[in-house]
Amino acid sequence: MNSALLLEVKDLSKEFPGTRALNNVRLDVRRGEVHGLCGENGAGKSTLMNIVGGVFPATGGSMIFDGKAFNPRNPKDSQDSGISFVHQELCLCPHLSAAENIFIGRLPNKGGKINFKKLYEDADAVLQTLDANFSSKTLVSNLTVSEQQLVEIAKAVSLNCKLLILDEPTSSLTDKETVKLFQVVKELKKKGISTLFISHRMKEVFEICDRVTVLKDGSYVGCMNISEITHEDVIRAMVGRDLGELYPDKSSKIEEDKFLIKVENLSGDGFENIGFTLKKGEILGFAGLVGAGRSEVMRGLCGIDPIKSGEIYLNGKKQRFKRYRDAVKKGICYLTEDRKNSGLFLQMSIAKNIASANLEAVSKYGWIVKNREYSMSEKYVKALSIKIPGLSYPISNLSGGNQQKCLIGKWLSTDPKVIIMDEPTRGIDVGAKREIHNLLRALCEQGVGVIIVSSELPEIIGVADRVAVMHEGKLAGFLQGENISEENIMKLASGASLSMASGVS
Amino acid sequence: MKNKVMKAAKTVFSQREVTVFLIIVLVVVVTSIIQPKFLNTNNMRSIALSVSVDGLFAIGLTMALILGGIELSVGSVAAMTCVITGYLALQGVNIWVACIASIASGLVVGLFNGFMISKIGLPPFIVTLGMENLARGMAYIITTGSPLSVSGYLPQSFRYFATGSVFGIPVLFIIFIVISAVAFIFMKYSKTCRNMYYVGSNENAARLSGINVDRVKIGVYVTIALISTLAGILSLARFNVATPELSKGAETTAISAAVIGGTSMTGGSGGVLGTVMGIFLLKIVNSALVMMNVSVYWQEFVQGAILVLAVTIDYLSHRKSGKPSFIMKFFGLDKLVGAKPET
Repeated sequence: MNSALLLEVKDLSKEFPGTRALNNVRLDVRRGEVHGLCGENGAGKSTLMNIVGGVFPATGGSMIFDGKAFNPRNPKDSQDSGISFVHQELCLCPHLSAAENIFIGRLPNKGGKINFKKLYEDADAVLQTLDANFSSKTLVSNLTVSEQQLVEIAKAVSLNCKLLILDEPTSSLTDKETVKLFQVVKELKKKGISTLFISHRMKEVFEICDRVTVLKDGSYVGCMNISEITHEDVIRAMVGRDLGELYPDKSSKIEEDKFLIKVENLSGDGFENIGFTLKKGEILGFAGLVGAGRSEVMRGLCGIDPIKSGEIYLNGKKQRFKRYRDAVKKGICYLTEDRKNSGLFLQMSIAKNIASANLEAVSKYGWIVKNREYSMSEKYVKALSIKIPGLSYPISNLSGGNQQKCLIGKWLSTDPKVIIMDEPTRGIDVGAKREIHNLLRALCEQGVGVIIVSSELPEIIGVADRVAVMHEGKLAGFLQGENISEENIMKLASGASLSMASGVS
Repeated sequence: MKNKVMKAAKTVFSQREVTVFLIIVLVVVVTSIIQPKFLNTNNMRSIALSVSVDGLFAIGLTMALILGGIELSVGSVAAMTCVITGYLALQGVNIWVACIASIASGLVVGLFNGFMISKIGLPPFIVTLGMENLARGMAYIITTGSPLSVSGYLPQSFRYFATGSVFGIPVLFIIFIVISAVAFIFMKYSKTCRNMYYVGSNENAARLSGINVDRVKIGVYVTIALISTLAGILSLARFNVATPELSKGAETTAISAAVIGGTSMTGGSGGVLGTVMGIFLLKIVNSALVMMNVSVYWQEFVQGAILVLAVTIDYLSHRKSGKPSFIMKFFGLDKLVGAKPET
């Protein structure tokens, strides 16, 4: 028995009715290491984590934690043994203070009365060790997402946890906040606390992890030392094949004088004096920090939120969109960054989801013709090679990538001239990401205008032909061709002006 | 070929409507064995009549729940419109004119509810709870609290809608069935009503699909108020009395019926067929209790038990991977049921 191992998972299997989610999976986490866990969506990462976290039991195999056989029957078992699980969607009580959340279920009391003084002192002490700069008295609802995450981690630390599980912790953090989070993880590591880090972002895995375990289709692929491998090695292990070029080729035929969209002096809530053009044949990227006003510009452009002033030209014609419907009718559509909360009708069928933006096309005299609805959906399912069990199944059954493709299909049915995609591949695995990028490029080549808003710099750099960078509600500048680099984008996004004037249109 | 039949059977038997229907059959069979009088024409008639008015409210509630809202004022809007119609008739106003006046008042109620919920953005629970008191209060004010007897003032042609019958079937029941059928067809197949499901399923997504969410909401609350108005006018025609106490607590029966029939409390799914089954189940069980000489005081108790039981059974049996419900196992139908596609 290797005493350096904190968690040892051996031949773990999990069967759900009809499917085998995990098949003889192994996982070794050493004491004081940061261990990455990678795999596409559906590879079994969450299932594995849920078993370790005690959410449900395994159907086969064994686990050893801290030298003892480990069979958690519920999350509390697992917590008591020293495992803390920070879920992707945080589970905090928003109306309570940070301190009350940290010590939830074990508030210090004196004769049945809560000892608030001790509570806040203890909580502040824990938060201080994590370098938090807010008081433990703050209501959780007043904290930013990254601060809320700190509260979760503080809770874990105060429970004397030995293993911290972070499930996609950076998906809603800005780059700055991510750096901060990583500092915290490194601090914990010094104290001997191991972290299991789940992420889709290779860059982060390579930055923070010591070793990485890769799962694919519920099976164990391998465990590698980060220092000995490259991004491509991990991606190849995840996908099981070489992906070749990660991003599609850039456009070769931009029509410089043909503007699909021209926006002048657009101002609204959260943005000011925005002016840009979208040329035929190009993909325009919008970069900037979270909160720089990128989504707001797009929502204003489409008439989803009201604008204060500014002109919008579509194919040279001036437009005025009172409401979103007007924009859709003219051929502009917007795909939200928040698929789950404002994109999908989760419990409704795939066909109904795809038909939702264009019921006119599938109905006759105001009545929906089921055959038309299904054949239209079928058309896009085929065209976009969406993997589905059947058109009548709830869309919640699909993976993130396939859901996103359904949404693209839904909007293609309106025959759009311009597609605006906000965070086109958030929460989508590597393989599907590529397909969506290729799809966007193909649309662009067919003459559809494509604007993407993304916080993932590699995506913007890899996909966009031209990049508009925003800073605090204003356009900081445009980058084109060779000038599109991480460094230049970050300079503009952080408010530092670019020394070179090139590429500004 | 055999596969196709199996597949069709699977789809049919995985519906909540079928489950409720089977429970109804079970209740009817058991009761008529114990008490054969249960099946006689008079009892059938009285069940049909009691289903009719409460069934209208249940259809209204189904729409509200699918929209992701709730409507607590159905009963009191019926009382208000019943009283308005009766009061005007007492004043010598032509009964049809009186009906138009009360329809107008129902329209105002619906527009008010819809406006407050959509444009102002108040929670439907609060708005319709307030309207429940407002409308009931209006009924008390008009009648000064005591029922108005209007027997001499209603023409036969008006009373026919609630008391007449065609081939032995009460006209009132026919009206209910027709409205159910219309609601069923519209909610399943019309473009307008599909938007109701989209809004109920995910309001943000509906807005971002270019659906005019406010208009859908106002439309639904107006429709519900008009259905309640119809219930109020029909009640007047049936009892010839305009009482402010009419249909007190009707909303709870209506919610029960909708939920038993499979309509989701969180919006986005459900339908009229299940609701009709639900209201039938509740009324048939009530009647069965009467037939078996159980005190009427048990009725509410049993209704509550049915609601909790039905939902619990359904929840427990569907909690994992869409397994067939308990009742289907009881009938041996579970072997037909596999994965459950949404309809």
